[in-house]
Amino acid sequence: MPPADNTPAPGILYCHCTYAQIIDPAVKAGVLRRLCDSGRSFEAVADLCELSARRDPALARLARGPGVKIAACYPRAVKWLFASAGSPLDPGATEVVNLRELPEDAAAARLLADDLQTNLPPDKSSAAATSTSSPAS
Amino acid sequence: MSIRDQKPLRVVLYEGRDSTPLEGEQRFAAVSRLLQQGFAITRVGGAGRTAPADDSAALVLGRFGGEKAADFSAGTSNGQVRVRDITGLDAEQVAAEVEAARSERQAPAPGAWKPWFPVIDYDRCTNCMQCLSFCLFGVYGADDEGHIQVQNQDNCKTNCPACSRVCPEAAIMFPKYKAGPINGDVVKDSDLQREKMKIDISALLGGDIYSMLRQRSERAQSRFSKERDSDKALNERQKCLTKLAQAGDIPAEVLMSLPTPDEILRRAGEARAKAQAALAVQQR
Repeated sequence: MPPADNTPAPGILYCHCTYAQIIDPAVKAGVLRRLCDSGRSFEAVADLCELSARRDPALARLARGPGVKIAACYPRAVKWLFASAGSPLDPGATEVVNLRELPEDAAAARLLADDLQTNLPPDKSSAAATSTSSPAS
Repeated sequence: MSIRDQKPLRVVLYEGRDSTPLEGEQRFAAVSRLLQQGFAITRVGGAGRTAPADDSAALVLGRFGGEKAADFSAGTSNGQVRVRDITGLDAEQVAAEVEAARSERQAPAPGAWKPWFPVIDYDRCTNCMQCLSFCLFGVYGADDEGHIQVQNQDNCKTNCPACSRVCPEAAIMFPKYKAGPINGDVVKDSDLQREKMKIDISALLGGDIYSMLRQRSERAQSRFSKERDSDKALNERQKCLTKLAQAGDIPAEVLMSLPTPDEILRRAGEARAKAQAALAVQQR
């Protein structure tokens, strides 16, 4: 059911982690299949780390959106992959679906749910938050 | 060419207006195949947002049907966008079309580099520069204000997490690593203690690793001058490398590809100088 306040659906980024064997292939396939079946628009990338290293502009656009769900790995890693690409995520508008930990059903349900359960690690302090932008500048 | 200078081909699977959407199973097969091949795909259609536009070459795939595909192509602005009608194509054929387009545009081949590099958790980092001092491959650097940065990701040695082991704050992650907290999992107090115990390389090897290497180098030179016992020197080095491999979970191929002790010392000196310069900037 769509959100009652007509908030746009969060953007979706799915990372396939193609070059490593750290995510259960059944989880990856199951989540991707349900994402494809959902009819939603999405970004699917072979490797989020690669986009981060490249400072891909798609990361900046996703980070700037009103909300984003990211199916990848640990939230702490995802937070700093975006930050190091010069595209820090908004902790109040980001949910990371950890494919390394969640079973297929739970991961797919969170990725496709309309609500956003934000879960990025909080910044250590506002001073630390300032310093996060420096490596990307 | 550095990874940062490369502009990959962007693939857009367009299923919006003036196109016929794929069935779910076909969409899954095509997207899966392209991801396996190393491409990034933007699927457009239905609800939700995407972030497709930039100045990279792009290939738009869709079931357009004849003239509509041409219209779509004519509406693009910079000539960087090509359109392919994939009506009737299976996943393998779609993948072949994309690869042909990539080759034609001379975009970098995906998968040429395994993205393995350190990611710094600045909530934990104290900017001590241990990582910069330690890394022999120029992965780290500092910005103008003396803040540690990962500057050359593609210099990193695949599967080697050694620098994360020398970080006293467990602030260095390798997202593809097998275990926490190096993989990005939450850092627990017990992890901090374990990491410190596991790879206080200095203690393990009886002092500063580079001073140890320097001593070994000097001893080896002295020994060579007296005995020319190269087998003994090789054994010494192998013993040292075995200790490092066990303590740091460093792949043998990385250790065996290390430069000569003298070159290691030269690079270590350079890295230490960079670290000291960065620390000096901070203290101003």
